[in-house]
Amino acid sequence: MTENRIDRTLQALKQEGKKALIPFITAGHGGYDLTEQLVLKMEEAGANIIELGVPFSDPIAEGPVIQHASEQSLKQGTTLAGIFELVKRLRKQTDMPLLLMMYLNTIFSHGTENFFRTCKEVGIDGVIVPDMPFEEKDEIQGDADKYGIHNISLVTPASEGRTQMIAEDATGFLYCVSSNGVTGMRSKFQTDFSSFFAPIHKYAKIPCMVGFGISSPEAAKQMSQYCDGVIIGSAVVNLVEQYHSPEKVYEFLHDIRTALDA
Amino acid sequence: MGKVGRFGMFGGQYVPETVMNAVHELETAYAEAKEDPAFWEEYRRLCREYANRPSLLYYAERMTKDLGGCKIYLKREDLNHTGAHKINNVLGQILLAKRMGKKRIIAETGAGQHGVATATACALFDLECEVFMGKEDVERQKLNAYRMELLGAKVRSVDNGTGTLKDAINEAMRDWVTNIDTTYYLIGSVMGPHPYPMMVRDFQKIIGEEAKQQLQEKEGVLPDCVVACVGGGSNAMGAFYDFIPDKSVRLVGAEAAGRGVDTAFHAATLTKGTLGIFHGMKSYFLQNEEGQIAPVFSISAGLDYPGIGPEHADLYKTGRADYVAITDEEAVQALEYLSKKEGVIPAIESAHAVAAAMKIAPTMKKDQIMIICLSGRGDKDMQQIAEYRGVKIDD
Repeated sequence: MTENRIDRTLQALKQEGKKALIPFITAGHGGYDLTEQLVLKMEEAGANIIELGVPFSDPIAEGPVIQHASEQSLKQGTTLAGIFELVKRLRKQTDMPLLLMMYLNTIFSHGTENFFRTCKEVGIDGVIVPDMPFEEKDEIQGDADKYGIHNISLVTPASEGRTQMIAEDATGFLYCVSSNGVTGMRSKFQTDFSSFFAPIHKYAKIPCMVGFGISSPEAAKQMSQYCDGVIIGSAVVNLVEQYHSPEKVYEFLHDIRTALDA
Repeated sequence: MGKVGRFGMFGGQYVPETVMNAVHELETAYAEAKEDPAFWEEYRRLCREYANRPSLLYYAERMTKDLGGCKIYLKREDLNHTGAHKINNVLGQILLAKRMGKKRIIAETGAGQHGVATATACALFDLECEVFMGKEDVERQKLNAYRMELLGAKVRSVDNGTGTLKDAINEAMRDWVTNIDTTYYLIGSVMGPHPYPMMVRDFQKIIGEEAKQQLQEKEGVLPDCVVACVGGGSNAMGAFYDFIPDKSVRLVGAEAAGRGVDTAFHAATLTKGTLGIFHGMKSYFLQNEEGQIAPVFSISAGLDYPGIGPEHADLYKTGRADYVAITDEEAVQALEYLSKKEGVIPAIESAHAVAAAMKIAPTMKKDQIMIICLSGRGDKDMQQIAEYRGVKIDD
């Protein structure tokens, strides 16, 4: 059973009674150096785990903000090898859990075992693969387990009847997608959260994080009452795109942290 | 033991969690429909009375004599209502969507033929219809975009990525995950997650079944060769399927070589592609060493796709079918050739099959028989062919 930085971090948060703050940025968006600075600054702002998006030519699960960041990053020449180098540099400066959010073809074309071996070597703790459902996870699960990398599972409001199967098998944390659709900032949610989270809490033995559409301290606070933490992607990526400034991202996440801790 | 929805090692259901229930619901609905004689009766009635089936199997005598090899027949899918084979699949899936109680239909389209067929069936069945089409394809197939609007569909021009078929599919998938409760995604080719590749093939296999029977009536034999163009691969799968057990029948798919397979401008997936996982399926894709899907190029918007259906991938890997690459120039020449020799203007997609046939036929014996699947008619391509030849036909 995989146990790594993710589990230790989430256990510690639980003991402190704190919610997890998990920001997402697209790796290489604005260059590797900016990504490196952003990761460290986000930790300073109170982030507990960081998701690095590996840019893909055809990100079918992403809304316009992350699509654009992904495209920009690829244009700047971002590669998986470059991201691994970046993670190596980061590991000299932080022990915070790092996840890669990426599409299955990137792992597959790298060679699945080779990919997870490198993840372990450089210090990646988990992967989130939005185009790989429960039924196809054998594609990577064996190699992920072998190298102690969490393959994070997702449940969505459209997972009716599937939550038990997914939640019972999940490791690291369970990624609860707030609403059907692609990633992106939402002004309101259609989902009935108490009925969405009921089966999740019944079956999940690990911490549950909610993501997709959270873009303000108020929304983060509100959503965090249903689970153990929040994942914030497009809102952060949007700031990176607008300002290219770690300071702006720091301010935003600091406000979220304050709201979560209040 | 094979996993669900596999053709050998290819296929599968590599889609986001949000659509898994919908994919399973579709599997169940199709499995039930497949066993229901009334469903097929209604499908065949529509094919016959609405879509003009069976399509003709026409002996291309002048072409045969001119090429001096085997006897050539054209399976005239271009004579179907809406002008291509796409209607066969659309009628089947529309009946299924109705059965499932879906009110909103979305579809992707490259050349616009699948979009037009979908818009047509949605008009007939009074269903809301949105068609995703790459911006570049809207440009090069303006008439088809207008036809869809005229039929009451909404055309969503997709500006992301390369603005072609794969981007239209990406956007249709994004719409599907967002509107999963109300929407039926009517995929136009033998691609995507299971059950689409199998289901679309089942709705297209009427092409090969008819052709086999028609040739039996005319010649009393099986063909020696069946040739069809391949983008995602639906007309080819439909033409090939009934002949797969007949080992004497050579199956040839013609993919788009654009400006040549050794340039960066082609869509020859089996000639140049590598194994990957994309758009819901494990198959061959044109991609770089990082697994980024490559931009593709073809004069034909319908073949301009960086992947291929999983059943074709399996036919290729097992050697049951051969795949050849045809350049833009060869396809345009074949389009002109068939127009002048037989008075039949093929779609530029289908012209790839004609071009492959023109290479193969002279190498075959006079007592052998070839069937070319003429998947669509060329009216939609006139503007672009004129441009390619440097002829100005509008202001």
